[in-house]
Formats: sequence, structure tokens, C-alpha cells
Amino acid sequence: MSDSERTAAQKADFKRELTEVIPHLRAFARGLCGRPDMADDLVQEAMLKAWAAQERFEPGTSMRAWTFVILRNAYLTDMRRNRFRGEYDENVAERILTAPAGQEEPIHLSDMHRALLTLPPERREALLLVGAGGFSYDEAASICGCAVGTIKSRVGRARAALTAMMEDGTIPRRSTDDKSAHKAILQELDMVAAGNGISAKP
Amino acid sequence: MKFDKDKDGKDCSENTKLSSQQAGAKTGHRAGQKPEWANGLRQLYDSVVEEPLPDSFKDLLAQLDDKS
Repeated sequence: MSDSERTAAQKADFKRELTEVIPHLRAFARGLCGRPDMADDLVQEAMLKAWAAQERFEPGTSMRAWTFVILRNAYLTDMRRNRFRGEYDENVAERILTAPAGQEEPIHLSDMHRALLTLPPERREALLLVGAGGFSYDEAASICGCAVGTIKSRVGRARAALTAMMEDGTIPRRSTDDKSAHKAILQELDMVAAGNGISAKP
Repeated sequence: MKFDKDKDGKDCSENTKLSSQQAGAKTGHRAGQKPEWANGLRQLYDSVVEEPLPDSFKDLLAQLDDKS
């Protein structure tokens, strides 16, 4: 509040730090909204807002946490305007496969991402911050502007939901135009042909 | 033991299957620990962090100085 104008050196520092967190902003945004192009738009929007508000940044504090708040607010605003609605819901609804029980399949990152996108936004966000971004519960709580207990509960529920999806094999898959899903379907057919079909859905 | 029986082409696939099961057994205990997929979440995040920055971001950064 005291020094309203930043020196050129301070601006350069700010810009350097902002540049350093861009990959993290992109990762967080991608996790939040799912679509890479929209995520990058969101990050650019957040970067411009951060730059405009740089006087409010306290040098020495976490640029990543500070910019995540801005990114999050931009995301929530867009969500309210329905910009992202339906994006992930569609993908989720398209196809849910039940994998054979006890199958030792590696979890593909795309599976992981689609599973993540089925979570309610506030749980997904909490899990992204803590489980992927490596923030502490305290940091995540201050980024989301809520109590630490709330974050803990959201992360717990998100983890339980993902674990259930992984264990039951109810990870949503994309439509047939997706290469990996297509491959999965072919593998499935191979298995059915070999007599190991996944006929029994619970 | 099992490998002695079919020493032809199937050997290889048996091996990989077994080793992946062993790996699963090592990381798969969930008592109080992070679930098995927790690492995947981190990888998902890191995979984006490690992507090269699209040019649009470099352009945006270059423009920032003019905006001040």
C-alpha cells in the first residue's frame, strides 16, 4: 500500500517470477478446465491481470500461490458465464467402461485426467493444489479462501472418488475417435475373442 | 518354474506381466499411504509443466512491458 509505483528493477523481477510460474499456471489450468486451448486462454488472462495488479504482490512471497488465486478467480468467473460448462460433462457421459477385476493395467495419464474431470470443481481444485501442485493444506486453503478443514475434507473426498474409479475400473473413456480409447476397445474385443470378456457389469 | 514350461515367445510377456505385478505389489499397499494413482496425478501436472511454452506466451510476455 505504501509504495504505489514500482521501480524498473522491481518490474523486471516481477516479470521474471511471472515467467517462471507460467508452466505451473498452465498445469493448474489444464487440470481445472480440461481443454488445453481454453486452459491457455485462461492462463493468459490471469497473466494480464497479475501484471496489472503487480503493485499488490509482496516481493518475497510465493508468486505461484499469488497467481493461482488470480487464475482461479478467472476460472470461476468463466465458469459462472458457462464458458466451460459441458466440456467435461460430455466426455464423461460418453462412455464408461468396466475393466476386468484385478487387471494390472498401468494408469494412463489421459485416464487420470478424465477421472479428475469427473470430480466436482471444488474437489478437483483442492486435489490439484495439494496432490499435484504440492501445496500444503494451509496454502491451498488460502488460495481457495476457505478453511483448512474444508480443504482437507475436499481432498479426502476427491481421493476417495478417484480411488473408487481406479479400483472399479469406471474411469470414463473418450469416444471412438480418440486413439487411445480406440485402442482400448480393440484390446477389449481381443479379450472377448479370447474368452476373457467383460460381460458381467455390476 | 512357470517359465520352464513355455520357453518360447510367451516368455517375454510373462516376464513383463510378472514384473509389473511385483511393482504393483510394492506400491499398492494403501494402509494410510497415498493411493496408487497419487503419483499419476503428480505426473499429469508435471507433464504439462514440462511442455515447451507456446509462442503465444512469449508474445504476451514481450507485450507486457509496453502495458506498464
